Amino acid sequence: MSSEIDALTQALARLPGLGPRSARRAVLHLLKRRETALVPLVAALQAVAAGLATCEICGNVDTRNPCGICTDPRRDVSTLCVVEEVADLWALDRSRLFPGRYHVLGGRLSALDGVGPDKLSIDALLGRVAEGGIDEVVLAMNATLEGQTTMHYVADRLAGQGVQVMQLAHGMPVGGEMDYLDEGTLAQALRARRPVT
Amino acid sequence: MHLTATALVLTALPHGEHGAVVRFLTPADGMHAGYVRGGRSRKIRPVLQPGNAVAVELRSRIDTQLAAATVELVTSRAGLAFDRLTAAITEYLATLTAAVLDEGTPAPRLHAALDALLDAMAAGTSPEQAAAGVARYELLLLAERGFGLDLDSCAATGAREDLIYVSPKSAQAVSAGAGAPYAAKLLPLPALLRDPRAAADWPDIAAALRTTGWFLERDLLTGAAASLRPARARLVALIDATGITTVAPQDAPG
Repeated sequence: MSSEIDALTQALARLPGLGPRSARRAVLHLLKRRETALVPLVAALQAVAAGLATCEICGNVDTRNPCGICTDPRRDVSTLCVVEEVADLWALDRSRLFPGRYHVLGGRLSALDGVGPDKLSIDALLGRVAEGGIDEVVLAMNATLEGQTTMHYVADRLAGQGVQVMQLAHGMPVGGEMDYLDEGTLAQALRARRPVT
Repeated sequence: MHLTATALVLTALPHGEHGAVVRFLTPADGMHAGYVRGGRSRKIRPVLQPGNAVAVELRSRIDTQLAAATVELVTSRAGLAFDRLTAAITEYLATLTAAVLDEGTPAPRLHAALDALLDAMAAGTSPEQAAAGVARYELLLLAERGFGLDLDSCAATGAREDLIYVSPKSAQAVSAGAGAPYAAKLLPLPALLRDPRAAADWPDIAAALRTTGWFLERDLLTGAAASLRPARARLVALIDATGITTVAPQDAPG
């Protein structure tokens, strides 16, 4: 194996979900299908590498700055969804259920990791809200202890800013069976019960 | 090592793509760390939230090796995450315990105290009791680590009554009479730190946290654990704010 191919294999093996063995399989696949797999992959990687940027408005990662979501005129500018990480933004946007724009905090408050408010883009969020035009902020943090602590902290910082601060519902997941749910989830589901429509 | 226990989850750090290194507080054997295979999976991650009680089995060939751990949920404290104060308290106390406790040193009183406080918060105890529980737990943690406060008698006179100060130097109580000339230099000693059954109001809670905070920062939150100071400051600010909003205007002093 040439050193270039070896370098490619090693680079792929460092990706999440891949190890040395699966990286070799991927490389062999690319080499066998040079025109249909390797060349398009190289082109796509080069295009992303050339234009990769972090959106100065929302913190999303895109090949444009501001990102495609922030510049999309069809988006509802009065609604803002705050998420912990870019992965959360992509997950929410994949569902196409949220019509507004986003704000990526860049993590969550964590006493363990020494992550305080100064390491998150909370001031940038407050700045966006202070500019006006936003009526509702949805805090879409993970339903973990750190996620919820962050959510409460951000909600406190947004208090008095003249926006409605919302959080995601917690409870029965779609496809969830009662027998397999933990007490905390069941308690939340009961607390958030509503009339049958 | 082969250890089975019903333990409290303190922290869970991601390790590799799917696993997690988890610190558990066991009732009889102190804190232990273990590698949980699949600890970041959708199924296991909710089980490894701080504060949850889990049936854990830790196995390692030698004591110095990181043990492999298997866990099963016994009591979920997930509901604590959805309240502002209980979430902050749970995260802080779990992280504090993991940061300052030595691994493998038995700490049955700490386990019992943390378990009881988590149970009380899950059962909906008042914000005052929850906040007072933080100060009491910090006091106990100081004692377990060998930095306990002597709150039974006055450092100057030996008196056992009217103890309202703590000396920041000797960590011993000081009576009202002996401490009066040095009041500005002494720390407050509210009744809730001496008597676990004493009623706790917000000024007393603030005073207790001031005292435990002083000793924590001097004796335990040093070195790597100093990174917990901002988290503690945020919790104390939240407790202060909760006290301000909980005291109705007609009840407020003055």
